Amino acid sequence: MGWKNRPTQELTKRGIDEKRNGGEEEWKKIRVVVRTETGKYKMSKQINSGVFVAGLGVISAIGNDIGETLAAFRSGRPGMGPVSHLDTVHRQIPVAEVKLSNEELALRADDSRGVSRTALLSMIAARAALEDAAIKNQSSLRTGFVSANTVGGMDKSERFLQDFFVDSGRGRLREVVRHECGSITEWVADRLAIRDHITTISTACSSSANALFYGARLIRHGLLDLVVAGGTDALTKFTLNGFNTLMILDPQFCRPFDEDRAGLNLGEGAGYVVLVSERVAESVEVYCRLSGFCNANDAYHQTASSPEGTGSFLAMKGALERGGLQPSAIDYINLHGTGTQNNDIAEATAIKRVFDPRYPPMSSTKSFTGHTLGASGGIEAVFSVLSIRHGIVYPNLRFSKPMNGFSFVPETRFLENQEIRHVLSNSFGFGGNCSSLIFSKL
Amino acid sequence: MSVYIRATACISPQKTFGSVPFLTAPVAYTGNRLGCVEPDYRDLIDGRLMRRMSRIIKMGVAAASWCLREACAVSSPDAIVTGTAFGCLEDTGVFLSRLIDQQEEMLSPTAFIQSTHNTVGGQIALMLQCHRYNNTFVHRGFSFESALLDGLLLLEENEASNVLVGGLDEITDTSHAIMTRFGLYRRLPVSNFELFAADSKGTLAGEGAAFFLLTNRPSANDYARLEGVTTFYKPADVPAIENRILSFLGSHSIGTGDIDLVITGQNGDEKGDTVYRQLQGTVFKDKVLAPYKHLCGEYPTSTSFALWLAANILKTGTVPEVIDSGGRYLDRRDSGNPGERQNKRRVRRILVYNHHQQVHHSLLLISAMEG
Repeated sequence: MGWKNRPTQELTKRGIDEKRNGGEEEWKKIRVVVRTETGKYKMSKQINSGVFVAGLGVISAIGNDIGETLAAFRSGRPGMGPVSHLDTVHRQIPVAEVKLSNEELALRADDSRGVSRTALLSMIAARAALEDAAIKNQSSLRTGFVSANTVGGMDKSERFLQDFFVDSGRGRLREVVRHECGSITEWVADRLAIRDHITTISTACSSSANALFYGARLIRHGLLDLVVAGGTDALTKFTLNGFNTLMILDPQFCRPFDEDRAGLNLGEGAGYVVLVSERVAESVEVYCRLSGFCNANDAYHQTASSPEGTGSFLAMKGALERGGLQPSAIDYINLHGTGTQNNDIAEATAIKRVFDPRYPPMSSTKSFTGHTLGASGGIEAVFSVLSIRHGIVYPNLRFSKPMNGFSFVPETRFLENQEIRHVLSNSFGFGGNCSSLIFSKL
Repeated sequence: MSVYIRATACISPQKTFGSVPFLTAPVAYTGNRLGCVEPDYRDLIDGRLMRRMSRIIKMGVAAASWCLREACAVSSPDAIVTGTAFGCLEDTGVFLSRLIDQQEEMLSPTAFIQSTHNTVGGQIALMLQCHRYNNTFVHRGFSFESALLDGLLLLEENEASNVLVGGLDEITDTSHAIMTRFGLYRRLPVSNFELFAADSKGTLAGEGAAFFLLTNRPSANDYARLEGVTTFYKPADVPAIENRILSFLGSHSIGTGDIDLVITGQNGDEKGDTVYRQLQGTVFKDKVLAPYKHLCGEYPTSTSFALWLAANILKTGTVPEVIDSGGRYLDRRDSGNPGERQNKRRVRRILVYNHHQQVHHSLLLISAMEG
């Protein structure tokens, strides 16, 4: 990618200026979109520079594809349960595992080499997103893969190191060849034949929200036409034990935003969206626009969130400003909502600062999927887009007691036939990394 | 839009950190592992914060801190972007080995919470109380380049007027032992100054942390202009690489004739270095190719060291003899006394070309400030 002389550079710059000045209203004036039979949208006229979502792919504890996922939401069926695939002594801790063994995942991902579970999940969801986007001339587009994860091929490295720590000459090297986060991304990119731009982001639990953010910016700058963006993480002993030592794992199913919440449940999965430029969006069907995004840092503590929710507040506020939206325009908030005392009070405080006194419906889908760490921003981006697409709000399971000091409560019902125009999705993580995304109906 | 390198700081296996002469007394190593020459961190990092920091976190925070100190006008940047392929290997290894030894019981969280790849970026933000944009790229031999590109995009978007960008990776005993088993390093002891003397298999392990303050406004103290960065993944063959190099230069309206010095990622591994040799016969014909990995060793974010090197060459107007003395890659028409050559020929524009394990190829273009 050359830095200069990019054909769409001027257009991109103009787009950014228009966003700043006119924002959402400016954009609406010039849009001409038609809803198609599939429920996606087709654009019939040149509009200003935006980034659009053309495809979705997800796998998590509540479903191996979008159909299963929506069915689980509809029936209020969470994905948590006793450990069945992960090799750990902590079998009493509930986890939200994808309901397929490595062998079953490998079959679906066309792998015969025993690659990391993280890569298999990524492959299944990213390929599904591309299939959903159904872009005919993809090979002629400048295509990127921006994927996120937090521990790479750790599931394999753990096995290798058991032997290696006994004797440094032992352990099968093929089990550590994909230890690096980036090598998970490459394994998938190679199979999807994506070569133009490949990178990996790791900002703990906000990783894949930042992947969408970065992918969108590569498109806005005219560097790429299409980006598959999202993230993946498999459960590992490393992360399960890590969160266990922090004593923030709920021994029961988690209760996000409940006064008596007792911690998070770890989950696993992958979620990707296909982001396309305005030019590509003119010739394919799209779901919605990625209209706002912001990345901020809490700068308070390596793992804990500040009591004022500074990072979360700045991320939400920045995303609204970028989208040219007032808080009242948001129809649904997909919360970060891990279920820990610390996260939920910081996030609730930030929400109060942004939204008081009018709160949109909000829920934590981690009450279904568990906290999927580096995948959560991607998985929840898919949920956010589906919320717009189907006019639905997901229930926040197991909520009973409102948090002290807050006048709002999460939505506990599955709501249908809603007019959902703008969805805010929050992702916050270790290292103070906080990112918010906004998806907007056309 | 122009981007300027306002300040830079580098902790490497050479004496590069702080107010030191520019590579006038290169450090010699024998063996296949080049570890960093580390400063006294007590002057640089708050003792309370430092207590739990592993080596890579200290190196990163110290380099970032010195970089900002050098850029004195900037107390806190508008964005912090780091690139690291391996992240915090030491803490990861500590937590894993205890997890295995203690069979998942009675573990302490410290190593785990410091093991995430964004720890250094987060710790810098914490130290500076910087609430702005913060991102970490972890893509093998593209980690630093991705961070640089992100920084350039932020400046172009006017989201930031200055961006702190860093590249860093560490060697640990575990990682070195594993990568040795992969056959990546020289098996027989060799001086780092003799790395390019004979064709052989493998290279030297390296590590380092280099940070840069990039701005969109020039100042009198800037090191250089950062004109561009590009990456290309698994190019099919050498002609494909040549095309990428020429189109990158073309996108900046220049050709190879406008490049005064090519800093290359040669690492002494005969197979990997073939690429550079072939390019010397084609697009880099008549160019001075200067290697850098005998100074810092091979690691996925080593281009951050190369950028530090290039920025210093352009600022000081000096090409250190240690990257120019082998004779093997020198333009013969210009092979006079090295000292005289430095005076005679002022380097105005540098291209850094590196490939990491022939998979990740990248180009950086840096030029001298005007005047």
